Amino acid sequence: MSTFRLEIVTPERKVYEKDVNMVVVKGVAGELGILPHHIPLVTPLKVAPVKAKIDNKEEFIAVHGGFMEVRKDKVVILAEAAELGADIDVSRARLAKERAERRLAQKQADINHQRAEMALQRAISRLESVGDNKE
Amino acid sequence: MAKGMREIKRSIKSKQNMKQITKAMEMVAAAKLRKAQEAAVASRPYADKMKEVVSSIASGAGGSKHPMLQSRPIKRTAYLVITSDRGLAGGYNANILRKVLLTIKENHHSPDEYAVFVIGRKGRDFFKRRNIALVDEITGISDTPKFSDIKEIAAKAVQGYEAGTFDELYLAYNEFYNAITQVPKLKRLLPLDQMQAGGDKADYEYEPSAEEVLNVLLPKYAETLVFSAVLEGKASEFGARMTAMGSATKNATKMISQLTLTYNRARQAAITQEIAEIVGGANAQQ
Repeated sequence: MSTFRLEIVTPERKVYEKDVNMVVVKGVAGELGILPHHIPLVTPLKVAPVKAKIDNKEEFIAVHGGFMEVRKDKVVILAEAAELGADIDVSRARLAKERAERRLAQKQADINHQRAEMALQRAISRLESVGDNKE
Repeated sequence: MAKGMREIKRSIKSKQNMKQITKAMEMVAAAKLRKAQEAAVASRPYADKMKEVVSSIASGAGGSKHPMLQSRPIKRTAYLVITSDRGLAGGYNANILRKVLLTIKENHHSPDEYAVFVIGRKGRDFFKRRNIALVDEITGISDTPKFSDIKEIAAKAVQGYEAGTFDELYLAYNEFYNAITQVPKLKRLLPLDQMQAGGDKADYEYEPSAEEVLNVLLPKYAETLVFSAVLEGKASEFGARMTAMGSATKNATKMISQLTLTYNRARQAAITQEIAEIVGGANAQQ
């Protein structure tokens, strides 16, 4: 199976660099699956897990926003923060999720609301990346 | 004479203590400088990539009518000043603050014409003492800054520009050349310079549209530039501190050797005098 290089870069470091068969992301306009030899493309991303398929395995990376650049033989995701599924602290993410939900329920000023919403999305995305999505 | 000697001895002792401290600070700064440089290098791929994509869109079909790419008449200028939390770094903070203050005094007549954002305790105290109001401040940034540390202030500055609160944004920081040279620099961040089309121009598809991608990317790009400046500022800070502490250590060594010389002279003089007294006493008895 043909592969292409997937890179995930944050301002602090390169989080991920591997040859993959397919990558599935959630762009602002909807979900996208990228296979090798895709037409060059740029799109902003939503806060959501990125799924990378290598042979028959799947890897999840929690990517918090940012955008994706697709080139002929390479896909680069630039995000302000990104974590590999294995690096995520599940209990912390769960706590963050509860906290954000509580804040959302309280409905305070708009800015707080927005921030809580973002925090909730990040927490959910983290939990999904580890495969912990029961509820 | 004995009293003078004791004083000299005490002075030597205190200089030795001082030297130990400055020596330790120098070594700590050297270690941190290396880390800061590594962080600056690690952040480069992100910034480069960002620049590449932004310029390829901006120079491409987008037409670049985005407000962040266009200059407008300047009524109010914002400055984002990057300083350190701690002193003992030679001219690091003084240089950059002097430059900003001079620029402000030269170009603006009333406080309504400028706004100041500041990172670092030294800068904050400096402007507070001069009764210059700060729009936002951040202190206590770690020695290895995270993007999330400065995200808030950077976003605020960029949003202020977008909202039209001010019409240009300058970034003031110490540019890092090497461990002994740091140059205070005032760089215009917004509006972004018209970017040149890069060499390998890929014809991208934009999802949903070039305009919208640009809307998301440009603020992020500006924030990234702020982050790079912060990292460079950190590297400069440690470089400046290392150099300052290095020369302090050297000065201490010099003073100690001079004082030791004086001390030995005094000691010899005291001995000579004592012998002279004994000889004098013995002669008198004969």
